[in-house]
Amino acid sequence: MTQVTLSGLTKIFDEKSPPAVDQLNLEIESGKLTALLGPSGCGKTTTMKMIAGLLRPTSGDITFNGESILSIPPEDRGAVMVFQNYLLFPYMTIAENIGFGLKMRKVDRKEIRTRVTDMLDLVQLPGFEDRKPRQLSGGQQQRIALARALIVQPNVLLLDEPLSNLDAHLRDEMRELIRRIQTEMAITTVFVTHDQEEAVVLADRIALLFDGRLQQFDVPDAFFESPQSVEIAKFFGGTNFIPGHYEGGEITTAIGRFRAPRSAVDGGDAVLSIRPEAVTLGSDGGNSVMGRIRSHVYVGRYARFRVALGDIEVEAITDPAQVKLFNDGDEVPVRFDSNKIWVIGPASSQP
Amino acid sequence: MADTRIEPAGAVAGAVAPEASERRFSWRITGRWVGITGLLAFLVAPIVPLFIWSISFRWFYPAILPTEYSARAWTEVITPHNDVLGVAWNTALIALVVTVFSILLGVPAGRALGLYEFRGKRLVEWMILAPIIVPGLAVVLGIHVLFIRAGLSNSIPGVILVHLVPTLPYMTLVMSGVFANYDTDFELQARSLGASRWATQLHITLPAIFPGVVVGALFAFIISWSQYVLTLLIGGGQVQTLPLLLFGFVRSDPAIAGALSVVFILPAVLVLLLSSRYLSGDNAAVGGIGNI
Ligand SMILES: Nc1ncnc2c1ncn2[C@@H]1O[C@H](COP(=O)(O)OP(=O)(O)OP(=O)(O)O)[C@@H](O)[C@H]1O
Ligand SMILES: [Mg+2]
Repeated sequence: MTQVTLSGLTKIFDEKSPPAVDQLNLEIESGKLTALLGPSGCGKTTTMKMIAGLLRPTSGDITFNGESILSIPPEDRGAVMVFQNYLLFPYMTIAENIGFGLKMRKVDRKEIRTRVTDMLDLVQLPGFEDRKPRQLSGGQQQRIALARALIVQPNVLLLDEPLSNLDAHLRDEMRELIRRIQTEMAITTVFVTHDQEEAVVLADRIALLFDGRLQQFDVPDAFFESPQSVEIAKFFGGTNFIPGHYEGGEITTAIGRFRAPRSAVDGGDAVLSIRPEAVTLGSDGGNSVMGRIRSHVYVGRYARFRVALGDIEVEAITDPAQVKLFNDGDEVPVRFDSNKIWVIGPASSQP
Repeated sequence: MADTRIEPAGAVAGAVAPEASERRFSWRITGRWVGITGLLAFLVAPIVPLFIWSISFRWFYPAILPTEYSARAWTEVITPHNDVLGVAWNTALIALVVTVFSILLGVPAGRALGLYEFRGKRLVEWMILAPIIVPGLAVVLGIHVLFIRAGLSNSIPGVILVHLVPTLPYMTLVMSGVFANYDTDFELQARSLGASRWATQLHITLPAIFPGVVVGALFAFIISWSQYVLTLLIGGGQVQTLPLLLFGFVRSDPAIAGALSVVFILPAVLVLLLSSRYLSGDNAAVGGIGNI
């Protein structure tokens, strides 16, 4: 069991450009699966390399179970990184690739052979021992890279986009596999992804990075229910935003005043955010305003409406049966469930 | 060209249909065959007349072949009192040591040039190229004085040192080409999997750059083996090598010069043949030269 803590971790490659990783503080729980999520170039790989000991931080510290490991060389850290582009050694067979870590640990050859075979079964590529990496598809190579890391039973497993090259079916299977092995072996695992859905499905906790800075570190549903900034909410997508002024549990906007007990800010200029599923059409009462239906799409399992509220347009996702009740151009009451409204600080004040 | 790049094989794997790879394979075989045959013809052709010279006794115009043959020249070459074999051994030894030092210095230098950006990189590149562009003689005349002061003139270590002037640039150039196509993440991956610094060099770096090292070493060996001017100047006649011996005979005894030439050229041909697989086809490393 290894708890990994990053404190003030910073990497500056080049004085002229902003830091690739900027003052990162993160407590990665022992034996849990943590996702590093963020758009391309936000510093995910850089962070992983620093944890693995493959890149020296400019400043800050990394500890495993409270002990700084900055002075420990990568081969002795017990943290294994699987790279984004798999990096199977081209001169070695698949068996030699998978067995590499054990060979370095001077495990005897017979034991290596049996453990390699077990690993190949585990990643569902039995009988691949004597092939060369270039004879494998991208997805197969990715699985071999995973096997090569798992075989050494690391304390900390760092996976850089481990599922990026798999088709939907294999991806589901590999997700299960990673989840299962990770739970069984209780390996502290960090995996990188830029796919928010993957992070949500797989991770116990998600660390969201933009431009090298930590935006929010939380359990997956928090990113939907209480994102800490408009940018975070936008990254997870599909939310309605209405600017306004927040005071005393109410937010006043251009289209009316809404009760909103849940908020990330105490008061002042703010943004009302509400997910389309929490917008109901045709029911008035508290927290409702009149709107005009602009357009709608019938998707099957649900229907999606675009509704104009004054100058503002919001999206509502409703029961599919509602397409029969409303026509484009109809005036309807639109209600925001007050418990589903989440008030965020204004976009400009966020980094 | 330089195909020593190791890259995520995933980029290509799967894209090549079996038949396509077979076709490419046979092309490679054919190409290599043509290459080797050409190389052989090119290298062996000049030896033939030299060999004929060495065994001729009478060979006057307009006879196409000598009218009388003799083994005299070869006897002279083999007899101990001329010490041709000793000199050949000396030459080989010098060339070997020069090659080893070229590798030891040229590989790290090539790595630095091929992989990293640093201030003054252009300048370093020019300094490395200079001995190739500026006539060696000019460089050596400058060095000569220095060598005399350091007590290195007229000695084998001095000759070895001066041979490095032309060999190091070649080694460095070849290696910088190899490293320009090299992904250091492979080394990081190995470290992360538990390999020490040394194990990584041995298991990961070496196999990747090996073809380049062979080609660079080949250059170094042949340049040193065939060095005349530099050996003469720094060796001051005290250090005898095959080219010096050969030149001495060129005017005085063409038959012996012919025999010596054969002795002189053969090792080069042999070395080339032995390493031809690194010069052509899949692992060609010579392309690296074009990279700087
Ligand atoms: N060796 C390097 N030298 C200079 N800059 C670098 C280096 N490695 C990364 N960077 C820069 O640091 C930033 C973060 O890079 P990083 O590879 O960590 O991104 P990432 O989040 O992994 O992106 P992706 O999802 O595309 O893999 C980028 O702006 C990148 O250009
Ligand atoms: Mg990356």
